Amino acid sequence: MEGLLNDIAFIIGTTLMYSTPLIFPAIGGVITERSGIINIGLEGMMYFGAFVGAAVAYFTQDPWLGFLCAGLAGASLGLLHAIATVSFSAEQIVSGIAINFLGVGLALFISRLVFDGATQTLTVPNKIPLPLDFLFGDGRLFPSAGFMDLVFNRFATVYIAFALVLVSWFVLYRTRLGMRLRAVGEHPEAADSLGISVFKIRYGAVITSGFLAGLGGAAMSIAVVSRFNNTLISGHGFIALAAMIFGKWKPQGALLACLIFGGAKGLEIFMGAKGVPIPSSLLATLPYILTIVILIGWVGRSQPPAAIGKIFDKGED
Amino acid sequence: MNGPASSLREKFLHGSLAITLMSILFGFLLGGVILLVAGFNPLEAYWVIVEGVFSRPKYISYVIIYSTPLIITGLSVAFALRTGLFNIGAEGQYIMGALTAAAAGYYLKLPILLHVTAAVGLAVLVAGLWGGLAGWFKARFGVNEVISTIMLNWTALYISNWAITIPSFGRQGTGKTYEIQPSAQIDILGEWKRTPEGIAFLREHPMLWDILKSPVNLGFICALILAFAVWYTLNRTTLGYELRAVGYNPHAAEAGGIDVKRSIVVSMLISGALAGAAGAFQVLGVSHRIATLAIMEGYGFDGIAVSLIGNNSGPGCVFAGLLFGGLKYGGSKIQDVMGAPTEVINIMIGIIIFFVAMPKLIRLILNFRERRRRT
Repeated sequence: MEGLLNDIAFIIGTTLMYSTPLIFPAIGGVITERSGIINIGLEGMMYFGAFVGAAVAYFTQDPWLGFLCAGLAGASLGLLHAIATVSFSAEQIVSGIAINFLGVGLALFISRLVFDGATQTLTVPNKIPLPLDFLFGDGRLFPSAGFMDLVFNRFATVYIAFALVLVSWFVLYRTRLGMRLRAVGEHPEAADSLGISVFKIRYGAVITSGFLAGLGGAAMSIAVVSRFNNTLISGHGFIALAAMIFGKWKPQGALLACLIFGGAKGLEIFMGAKGVPIPSSLLATLPYILTIVILIGWVGRSQPPAAIGKIFDKGED
Repeated sequence: MNGPASSLREKFLHGSLAITLMSILFGFLLGGVILLVAGFNPLEAYWVIVEGVFSRPKYISYVIIYSTPLIITGLSVAFALRTGLFNIGAEGQYIMGALTAAAAGYYLKLPILLHVTAAVGLAVLVAGLWGGLAGWFKARFGVNEVISTIMLNWTALYISNWAITIPSFGRQGTGKTYEIQPSAQIDILGEWKRTPEGIAFLREHPMLWDILKSPVNLGFICALILAFAVWYTLNRTTLGYELRAVGYNPHAAEAGGIDVKRSIVVSMLISGALAGAAGAFQVLGVSHRIATLAIMEGYGFDGIAVSLIGNNSGPGCVFAGLLFGGLKYGGSKIQDVMGAPTEVINIMIGIIIFFVAMPKLIRLILNFRERRRRT
């Protein structure tokens, strides 16, 4: 019985750990797309964030500074995306693709310069801490490797991600700012006529999404593992994008979708560890096939914000 | 300003070609600035790239080999984009094509021409269905093609990795499959160049020898034919007209009697088939086998870049593919020669696409220059 409980706890725990790097960019995606700007560049922003986070954490030995800088790195790419899409009416998907090339290029370019020609960083001395251990001491609160320990004794990034979902939900649906952001995404002309600055809201939203994608990258490079390498972020940003659409452009929906992807990963790791005789490669297809099946049967036509991808021109020029 | 000559001039100065060329110029300029900031001489770096591309016949043929899959995946993305579909799934369709070609090339026992035809045909079929699946999901269930193709990419990757673990197909412990049979290979003079007569002949013809040092194959010729076929289909056939009409305005197309749902499926089928052909030619002509993929190889994503730089047209993809292939191959040399990170190429490609995305900015710059010249 205890064995089964611990197995369940292990799966829940790994699910939380692997969902976290997806939750940050997925929420970022919700925010920017709700303002009407598609951000397919989440992948590149995450990639750049993962590198900058690990590099800063390596040199300063401070994981939190690394985490913050990862966010800023993502935000800087977000700024570029905002300049292109908001100020110069760029094709949003095209600009996002450009950001993906830039993010990967910048990360590896700087990595080679700083880490002696290598496309990976060295191991960071301190990872993002486990808050329960930090607050209560190692294994004090819950017995080591017990149910509660396996589920709750997770990196601080996991707690931050869940808090982020709550905060973003609150801001989107319970504050004036959120209402304005959604208005801009649904009907920018109407929002503009009410004196809401479409320009400012969209700049803010896109930069925020970059910041969060950067944090997601660091949640991978300095929490789940302890270094950046060139294969660390391989499609996470795209999966976060899918999770956002899957979650119908809502924070709580995106969270659920991220948990499904993380859960499948957790299950895969668990079954691998237990030596279940299913080829791991076939098992790995599960979350992707499941997503398609759910989209076909359950979600159906998910409606994006009305003004998404459309160019808003105030008509001053 | 209304004469034919000035309108031609207008087209060149303000049309899509001007925007593309200006974007490429900005890519090189800003790439140079980044190299400069990092402490490298950009002129030297660009010279290394130019030399690395043009100074030997072998290099040129390598550029062509590098470009071939990029051109074809570019065509794949371009074809779907013309119908208003964003095929992020070229990557997965490429993988399915490569997997099928590797299996057909290894298992089937057929005479030489037939074997190649069968392998390519099967690869194109499987990859076409893989792409068509995403089209069907969209047409029938309203599933966004961006999300479904992302899922299908990963599914394809893991299916391919699983197939390699099958004992009769994959060489145990190497993470690679057995080499395809010679009858399925499309190398040019591939066997002859290793025979004693071939070697003796090539010694007397150093230029040819140099070219044949690279895995020269028929893929590039096929890519050119496909580029023409895409251009022809889109611009000279009823099908192409219908697909473009759907891309331009689905509601109007529907009102005009075009079956929009059918168009979506057909477009994705063809787009997938093209990406599959890229995978097939790469296996039959260059790698002769497939290997376990830890991550996506990126041919499909690079195809998106090629399509965008090539203005989503057949001929455009050829030029953009050659540019990208040349930068990739030539750019890999700045690492060895001067220790400059080769990833500056990714940055340059990113900058080029970034400007391609902003025709408004480019027009502003062009107009500004013109206005200044007039005053």
